Amino acid sequence: MTLTAPPGSESSTRLPAPGPGRTRPAWRRALSRLDVRFTPYLFISPFFLLFMLVGLFPILFTAWVSLHDWDLIRGQGDFVGLENYQFVLGTDSFYKALRNTFSIFLLSSVPQVIAAILIAYVLDANLRAKTFWRMGVLVPYIVAPVAVSLIFAKLFADESGLINNLLMGVGLPAVGWHSDALASHAAIASMVNFRWTGYNALIFLAAMQAVPREIYEASIIDGAGRMRRFWSVTVPMLRPTIIFVVITSTIGGLQIFDEPRMFDTGGMGGASRQWMTMTMYLYELGWGPQVSFGRASAVAWLLFLIIVVIGILNFFITRRIASGGGPSAGRR
Amino acid sequence: MRITRRTALAASAATATAATLAACGGDESSGGGGGGGSIELTVATFNEFGYEDLFAKYEEENPGVTITHKKAATADDARSNLMTGLAAGSGLADVEGVEVGWWAELQQYSDVFEDLASPDVEGRWLDWKTEAATVDGKLMGYGTDVGPEAIAYRADLFEQAGLPTDRTEVAELLTGDWTAYFEAGRQFTEATGIPWFDGAGGTYNGMVQQLANPYEGSDGTPVPLADNADVKAIYDHLAEYADISAGLTQWSEDWVAAFQNDGFATMLCPPWMMGPIEGNADGVEGWDIADVFPGGGGNWGGSYLVVPSQGANVEEAKKLAAWLTAPEQQIAAFQAVGAFPSQLEALEAEEVTGQVNEFFNSAPVGEIFSERATSIETQPFVGPNFFVINTVVADAITRWDNEGADPAGSWEQALTAYDELGLE
Repeated sequence: MTLTAPPGSESSTRLPAPGPGRTRPAWRRALSRLDVRFTPYLFISPFFLLFMLVGLFPILFTAWVSLHDWDLIRGQGDFVGLENYQFVLGTDSFYKALRNTFSIFLLSSVPQVIAAILIAYVLDANLRAKTFWRMGVLVPYIVAPVAVSLIFAKLFADESGLINNLLMGVGLPAVGWHSDALASHAAIASMVNFRWTGYNALIFLAAMQAVPREIYEASIIDGAGRMRRFWSVTVPMLRPTIIFVVITSTIGGLQIFDEPRMFDTGGMGGASRQWMTMTMYLYELGWGPQVSFGRASAVAWLLFLIIVVIGILNFFITRRIASGGGPSAGRR
Repeated sequence: MRITRRTALAASAATATAATLAACGGDESSGGGGGGGSIELTVATFNEFGYEDLFAKYEEENPGVTITHKKAATADDARSNLMTGLAAGSGLADVEGVEVGWWAELQQYSDVFEDLASPDVEGRWLDWKTEAATVDGKLMGYGTDVGPEAIAYRADLFEQAGLPTDRTEVAELLTGDWTAYFEAGRQFTEATGIPWFDGAGGTYNGMVQQLANPYEGSDGTPVPLADNADVKAIYDHLAEYADISAGLTQWSEDWVAAFQNDGFATMLCPPWMMGPIEGNADGVEGWDIADVFPGGGGNWGGSYLVVPSQGANVEEAKKLAAWLTAPEQQIAAFQAVGAFPSQLEALEAEEVTGQVNEFFNSAPVGEIFSERATSIETQPFVGPNFFVINTVVADAITRWDNEGADPAGSWEQALTAYDELGLE
């Protein structure tokens, strides 16, 4: 719940107060006012300086590269204006990558958040060996994505895979995990879900435990059943956490790379690019045979803009929920 | 890109693939020793070049030289190290190993490598190996190993179909063009119901490598795919025989599994493929190798040593590279790790020709592959656009071979993908 605390609003009051100030000269008072006003910024400046160096600069430099004919090895070439963007936006692959990225993102994030809340709800119950179960859901998270991909590649093999064998065993047709676009997205999303559901469940669990028990007691007295309590108390109280989880998984989901890249041995996203994501397209342009950093940078910027747009959308939704929702009113 | 050897070796060991995660720092230094020499040379290789013992020998023979060996876990790692070092203008080893798969893209940057031509090494290699390494009259790299292709087959399945099983008779049966190979296959598949070859993708690779100019003119200008009659002919030829293909993508899970359940009867086999076959078909009896390749000879894979100009000791590095690729040393590397030599003298050496592989019914593989190597007459022109275009066609083949799409429609899709490449 600390996540939603209004940032920085209290920090100035925590600083040492200027003191009684009975006989202080004017310049010292001015100095201490400066101290009060600017020291907080000084304290947080290392992060921003570092961010400028390793975050902002590369972002701006990428924009500069994207306006040039830029070879991986030869480096900077001619200035070409928006030609790289024009090229990228003119390819089918870009839209395919966009479609795949969003499809995999939705197929992973939506079930993941729902499952994580349900798992957290179960873990929140009075279980024996609590810590064991709580640590247990985190185990998939410590497995490296590449290792997960290797295991799931065996499960999802088209002919020899376990899942298709099970399907055929019960008389269902085999699924073309590597030929059908939607099936491949589902397979990749399942790897992502495998790794992240438990992690998110723990975040939800922490939030659930912060829900004041009095509210539950009050609702029990009002005659609310288990389901009603879950929907009318737990879920509304989790809203800020849900938003946090959705935002982080949006950023992660739109940049997904490891799982789709390892989904087959070629690593290109399939013969018809059924599961090529934006970052894979970026990689293919920059480090593939085209060695065009200019075009890769253009994709990077387009991806950045898409994430920014979605971030702004998230921001407005957050505001609506914050102003309309119950929990924030209760906090005040 | 899935048809290059680097993917091959990377995929053959799951651990190696997993190691890409930990990649960048995967250097391992060996050699060295406390010589306190005045000249320090570094050599960067990947997978197995078989040089470990040779470095010690070189240091012994050349007092004052210390060699550091930087060995990448996979060829992909080595490629990114090399590209990054070239881009940065520093940080490369004095001698770098280059896989033929990324040779084409390096040719564009021939000016950042030393010219290695010298009278001492003239006539050392198979002609086509040297020709492929010569750019504008400049010898960019010294050949290490090659991948002459033969046909690996399942003698037990052949017997089931009533085909000859002895490797010389099989060689006779399959001698000729690709139609002869495919027709024998149709006969086989009709008799047994088992697919003839593993996949159209792998077979396409063998066929396209026999064209002198698969996708580009000798000056590097790409031939528009829509006008590329040679490639279209191969494509149609394969599509005509789609029914005898097992439809497997090489190195995929299904391909690996098919070795255990009689998934197919033949496949194209360069020397380095013997290891993967033996590993995948562990416990399966009946594999053999015939000294034949449809449509003449064919090569798949092999490496070079190059000397980047950014090094501090280019002269010493050249000396070392020349020594490592001399026949005696390549024979030693062949004995150590099975890298098939590209040096004429080594191909005739007793140590190479005498090699027998127990798994393949004790086939005299040394003799067979030496014969295959010398029967290769030409290497395809591999320009900077080879791999992009090749991927477009390979994808088109995968669509019908593996996913059951219509070959004609898939070709149309390939033409669109080609246009998207924006090649001039």
